[in-house]
Amino acid sequence: MKQEFKIISSLINENSKILDVGCGNGELMKYILENISKNIRGLEISKKNVQECIKKGLTVIEGNAELDLGQFPDKSFNYVILSQTLQAFLNPEKVLYELLRVGKKAIVTIPNFGHWKVRLDLLFKGTMPVTENLPNEWYNTPNLHMCTIKDFVTFCNQRELKLTKSISLSGKKVSYIKKSNLNYKNLTSELGIFEIEK
Amino acid sequence: MNKIDNLKKYIVKDKLKLDCGKEISNFPLAYETFGKLNEGKNNGILIFHALTGDQFPYGINPITNKEGWWNYALGPNKAIDTNKFFVISANVIGGCMGSFGPSSIDPSTNKPYGSNFPVITINDMVNAQNFLLDHFKIKKLFAVIGGSMGGMQVLQFVSNFPNKADVAIPIACTASHSAQNIALNELGRQAIMADKEWDKGKYLENGKSPSKGLAVARMAAHITYLSKKGLQEKFGRKLQERDALKFGFDADFQIESYLRYQGSVFVDRFDANSYLYITRAMDYFDLTKQFDGNLSDAFKGSKTKFFIISFTSDWLYPTSENREIVIALNAIGADVGFIEITSDKGHDSFLLDVPDFLNSVKNFLNNSYKNIHEARV
Repeated sequence: MKQEFKIISSLINENSKILDVGCGNGELMKYILENISKNIRGLEISKKNVQECIKKGLTVIEGNAELDLGQFPDKSFNYVILSQTLQAFLNPEKVLYELLRVGKKAIVTIPNFGHWKVRLDLLFKGTMPVTENLPNEWYNTPNLHMCTIKDFVTFCNQRELKLTKSISLSGKKVSYIKKSNLNYKNLTSELGIFEIEK
Repeated sequence: MNKIDNLKKYIVKDKLKLDCGKEISNFPLAYETFGKLNEGKNNGILIFHALTGDQFPYGINPITNKEGWWNYALGPNKAIDTNKFFVISANVIGGCMGSFGPSSIDPSTNKPYGSNFPVITINDMVNAQNFLLDHFKIKKLFAVIGGSMGGMQVLQFVSNFPNKADVAIPIACTASHSAQNIALNELGRQAIMADKEWDKGKYLENGKSPSKGLAVARMAAHITYLSKKGLQEKFGRKLQERDALKFGFDADFQIESYLRYQGSVFVDRFDANSYLYITRAMDYFDLTKQFDGNLSDAFKGSKTKFFIISFTSDWLYPTSENREIVIALNAIGADVGFIEITSDKGHDSFLLDVPDFLNSVKNFLNNSYKNIHEARV
């Protein structure tokens, strides 16, 4: 399983109620279901992925996070997970607020546009960065609103959203992001993993 | 008629109070079963049929000699696997395949009920079929499944009996019959009643048959079960056994010939009054209104796991109406999954060979059964 999913799973308390937004083929959900909590369901836009989830015995609703989160009541989940999709929404701010309305806590991961490889690509090649975490070209990327870890932290601070856990992932290396090392982690992290409360 | 008398029936001795206020008892429910009930009696599935269905989803229907209406979905190793599950299928009350319906004989007159049959509802149908569970001594079903009007019965069943099914699969249906659907049903009914042979519903006792009206009703309805794209691809403007238009009102086009055929075979197997009564039951179906406008309340306290399925080209019970049910269930934190299947085959998709649909049902049933009844010890 992806290192990212291991970290997300480690943040979740046993038997809590979980919604995985954009659950893909259900890999993370299946792990959580079998190891942490039976009370998990997914929201997924791709029909093919929904079929995959059903095959795995997962509860999943075909739908679009930007339109369909509204149907869930306030605080109806302990955790709402959003893995590497925030940047692909038309209105990420609205989605984030919806996650925090529906869930007591949100776990959001973002590919870091501030990573040094990304910066070098733009600086030396003068082309839009293409990396392992950002494999698409500018013309076919689903990512509409790329941000850096620093951008995201600033964004949350300005809105007084509590970042209860901030984790950096670089390759297999896991470390905490703090105020004191923010600039450094913004350069070295490939992925930021955040637990957020309103 | 005698053939129908010989079908397998369970006589419900209990009293059943209908929504219209009348009370019935000692009435027959024609049913069939497929597969075997296991020792723990936890593998039972009740399937509900659609408007013109019956208790023969699988195998050869002995009355029509045609294949069962759900042969694609039900049978050994199929989506609803009869090697694994015990499937009960009953003809709805109001129907014409042996259950208590307008063609049944009224003991007080010794004539068929005809228009004197009480107006029945989806709720009445479901309450009647629930008696079958007592007959089989099944306390809790594994699943309730149905498409179209069968899906409405699924919703009503779970609402009426919140702890009587582990899982529920309402397919291509709605919680509240739309104005468009009421309109289409009314068109069918008016076609029947405009046929002089209908004779105010007394055609059976007077040796008549409103087959022309019923055929038109079926033709109109049949169009609504398909999609524009499906029709265009299958028929286009192809001509029927002729090279040029004949400048008359014969069936020049293949689609005309097809619809006429559909109408003509339908009248051999279906009773016109049953068509009136069952379409009425569908029109009256409004689970939302039963719960004062809050559909969620219909499922409050239910522990049933739902799986809702719609089809992209179904304009009769479109995805949006199926989604209303998902939304209502999510609002109360119920366990609900949902998928919209891509298909050009319109509303009829649930009856046809649509692999994505059949696989979804199969996977959902098998995984759910495993999780609920074969969980690790």
